[in-house]
Amino acid sequence: MAEVLVFVDHVDGAVRKPTLELLTLARRIGEPVAVALGPGAENTAAALAEHGATRVLTSDASEYADYLVVPKVDALQAAVAAVSPAAVLVPSSAEGKEIAARLALRIGSGIITDATDLEAGDEGPVATQSVFAASFTTKSRVSKGTPVITVKPNSAAVEAAPAAGAVEALAVTFSAQATGTKVTGRTPRESTGRPELTEAAIVVSGGRGVNGAENFAIIESLADSLGAAVGASRAAVDAGWYPHTNQVGQTGKSVSPQLYIANGISGAIQHRAGMQTSKTIVAVNKDAEAPIFDLVDYGVVGDLFDVVPQLTEEINTRKG
Amino acid sequence: MSLRIVVTVKYVPDATGDRHFADDLTVDRDDVDGLLSELDEYAVEQALQISENSDDDVEITVLTVGPEDAKDALRKALSMGADKAIHVEDDDLHGTDAIGTSLVLAKAIEKAGYDLVISGLASTDGTMGVVPALLAERLGVPQVTLLSEVSVEGGTVKGRRDGDAASEQLEASLPAVVSVTDQSGEARYPSFKGIMAAKKKPVQSWDLSDLDLEAEEVGLEGAWTAVDSATERPARTAGTIVKDEGEGGKQLAEFLAGQKFI
Ligand SMILES: Cc1cc2nc3c(=O)[nH]c(=O)nc-3n(C[C@H](O)[C@H](O)[C@H](O)COP(=O)(O)OP(=O)(O)OC[C@H]3O[C@@H](n4cnc5c(N)ncnc54)[C@H](O)[C@@H]3O)c2cc1C
Ligand SMILES: Cc1cc2nc3c(=O)[nH]c(=O)nc-3n(C[C@H](O)[C@H](O)[C@H](O)COP(=O)(O)OP(=O)(O)OC[C@H]3O[C@@H](n4cnc5c(N)ncnc54)[C@H](O)[C@@H]3O)c2cc1C
Repeated sequence: MAEVLVFVDHVDGAVRKPTLELLTLARRIGEPVAVALGPGAENTAAALAEHGATRVLTSDASEYADYLVVPKVDALQAAVAAVSPAAVLVPSSAEGKEIAARLALRIGSGIITDATDLEAGDEGPVATQSVFAASFTTKSRVSKGTPVITVKPNSAAVEAAPAAGAVEALAVTFSAQATGTKVTGRTPRESTGRPELTEAAIVVSGGRGVNGAENFAIIESLADSLGAAVGASRAAVDAGWYPHTNQVGQTGKSVSPQLYIANGISGAIQHRAGMQTSKTIVAVNKDAEAPIFDLVDYGVVGDLFDVVPQLTEEINTRKG
Repeated sequence: MSLRIVVTVKYVPDATGDRHFADDLTVDRDDVDGLLSELDEYAVEQALQISENSDDDVEITVLTVGPEDAKDALRKALSMGADKAIHVEDDDLHGTDAIGTSLVLAKAIEKAGYDLVISGLASTDGTMGVVPALLAERLGVPQVTLLSEVSVEGGTVKGRRDGDAASEQLEASLPAVVSVTDQSGEARYPSFKGIMAAKKKPVQSWDLSDLDLEAEEVGLEGAWTAVDSATERPARTAGTIVKDEGEGGKQLAEFLAGQKFI
């Protein structure tokens, strides 16, 4: 069976969930071969094997951390040359898309970004995309070269499918461009202990209606009662009430959780672009005419300062 | 010393309009008004700020690849303060994919001459966020992308890239390709003076032959990706909406419990 390369997103050997989802999708079109780079690359093997990777190609060099994007493109290109895969799958993070794009150009292939599903087709893998703020669903193919496809988080279930996961060193020769952009400093983001926004099963968001940074505690309490991630609209982020990394929408994160709760958010098209594919949508807004109510499965017209604390208390009571 | 900046700007269908596909599964541009992609306004703004903060002679050229109407996007950028514009326009460009777009842009950038290319983080229609990286690959220069802060001094570009796991400081020598996010600083509104001045600024039009490109390399035929179908997402079925009369939070909890979220 043809092999399919899966680019691994990991932090010091801890594989992030979107990569495990990619392994599920990769098995629909071939045998997954994972490519893990940087510190801890070999430590990813156990998790990857558990989820279907037949081989894990690893390379650890300081270039991956010291320079932007290109060293990873060089490595993935070396993996393509070594494996001759039927397709290359990359998680749809900002960096993942950049890596995928440069790789596609180098190997003479088309690229599809932000796929939300993938299946085998007569003329190669068929990708589903959700476009124009999720108002259309398209099916596309790469028609030239080895398909390079980036896939959004939450696009497939993580399935255990034990495979060999044999670790093999990947030989990489860095290109002249590899050292072009130097990373001169790095400040790691502090963990909040809450789930990762794009991976969370439940997201609780606050918008301009939250009316102040200090009031975000109300949103956080509700999130914590549900084990949810916290999101924010751009209006709330621009006002400095919550970090940009939590912004949901076109220029923020796009989320697709089982449950999305929008509080004090009007539902502008750019916000909807990032949350419209959520399975169940709930909103609390004091304006009955707010466009967000067109999307909801359940909406409460009311003041969030009354509704949200009552909801949180009720959830905590029910949980006992 | 002089610094030549090329800002890539895309003309896109208005996101608040009814965007949809034409019969050939490309974007229907006739039915919806177009405008300068809002995210590219941030790229123009950063070019203007680099110019204002520079002792060098800075020339800002805005470049678009798009249909006739795309001139509107160039006019807007010129009225913000860019010096001149290039419009790559050719019937054979209809349906070009990201790889093809980057080819045309790269050829035009090389022909125009540049020290720095500045792009937006993504277009507001395709939203791929790949063109700046593709341009860097094609031009063979460093990519310094997704910056929320950017500065240029003495032939070096520096910036801050805010990622998921960390915030990174980046540095590269010119020539380079930069892309900026909407966190880089609010874009200015064109002044009346700017709008009047824009009318007199030069807009060059190039077609494929000016760039030594063949029709087969671009357009729907030349695309390396193919769209097989596009279907409108069914409208969500109307949900339950209640008015809070003191029990709204409890009612919502009841709904969530019924859906097994609690
Ligand atoms: C290029 C571009 C990209 C963008 N990207 C994004 C993006 O990624 N994400 C994003 O969110 N936006 C984005 N925007 C901005 C977007 O257009 C809206 O301006 C933004 O989403 C509005 O945020 P909001 O809903 O919080 O605020 P508003 O639209 O001001 O809505 C606030 C809502 O809160 C309600 N409210 C007020 N007080 C209360 C209360 N006490 N209780 C209950 N309800 C209350 C009001 O009725 C109102 O409906 C983008 C815009 C552009 C042009
Ligand atoms: C809904 C939709 C889905 C698509 N999906 C795919 C796909 O999966 N694969 C594919 O190959 N193509 C796809 N395309 C086509 C692709 O979007 C266009 O070819 C496009 O010009 C390049 O990608 P982008 O607009 O997404 O640019 P991005 O990479 O998001 O744009 C980043 C920046 O590049 C610059 N830029 C981009 N295009 C131009 C331009 N024409 N003129 C000047 N500057 C520009 C701007 O500075 C912009 O801010 C899609 C288009 C649409 C409308």
